Amino acid sequence: MIESRRTFLKGSMAGSAIAVAVGAGLLTPQSVLAAWPKEAFEAKGVDNAMSTLFGSKDSAASKDIKIKAPDIAENGAVVPVSITAAQSGIESISILAAANASPLCASFDMGANAEGYVSTRIKMGKTSKVIAVVKAGGKVYSASKDVKVTIGGCGG
Amino acid sequence: MAKGIKIRATAKKDSTTVKALMSHPMDTGLRKDKKTGKVIPAHFIQEVKCEHNGNAVLTALWGPAISKNPYLSFKFKGGNKGDSIKISWVDNKGESASQEAQIR
Repeated sequence: MIESRRTFLKGSMAGSAIAVAVGAGLLTPQSVLAAWPKEAFEAKGVDNAMSTLFGSKDSAASKDIKIKAPDIAENGAVVPVSITAAQSGIESISILAAANASPLCASFDMGANAEGYVSTRIKMGKTSKVIAVVKAGGKVYSASKDVKVTIGGCGG
Repeated sequence: MAKGIKIRATAKKDSTTVKALMSHPMDTGLRKDKKTGKVIPAHFIQEVKCEHNGNAVLTALWGPAISKNPYLSFKFKGGNKGDSIKISWVDNKGESASQEAQIR
């Protein structure tokens, strides 16, 4: 009776050890990209993404951030977005599309010599705000711009 | 050149503008293959590193919401004509590519 209990315990211990090993094995490809904030990129909603990325959903609205994006984007798959920020000591610039399933599109870590400017092209599921978030000197600033997305490309 | 990166870097006074075009499908993992009806697995660039003479200038962390064949442009101070610009990316499947170019 006692002996069978012992073997049962041993068996379950071994089983859990294997599970841990498999878990660790599955995690190895991610360790290469340790800096990539997986949770922030998978976060639903702007507030969640902001909290995961910056530790707080709050940001100060700033007029020093200029977003260049079309008022009407005919093709939501390719929306050109340029962000110019005038703050000093910029640490990062992030781009969020508010209505996307996962709003965080991109986050740029700026080196010491980088100027406050990035430009790229993003995908947008539907009409929504494009939000630029700039982290400078430990503070978080943001600005947003409405972009209308027309699917079908007939204008609108 | 399926995995090539096109780079244009131009120096103007003390500011250098770098423009780069990468070739990548950038699949979100949400789209379905029209023929088979199966979901195309997510396949997108996660990290792009930009170096000037070996010093990191900008690191872009990207999600699947970046457009297909991504475009990236940025500016930095202190570049001179002939300096090297290196751009390299890694995607979520561990594939990578890198390219070097000179500032013009």
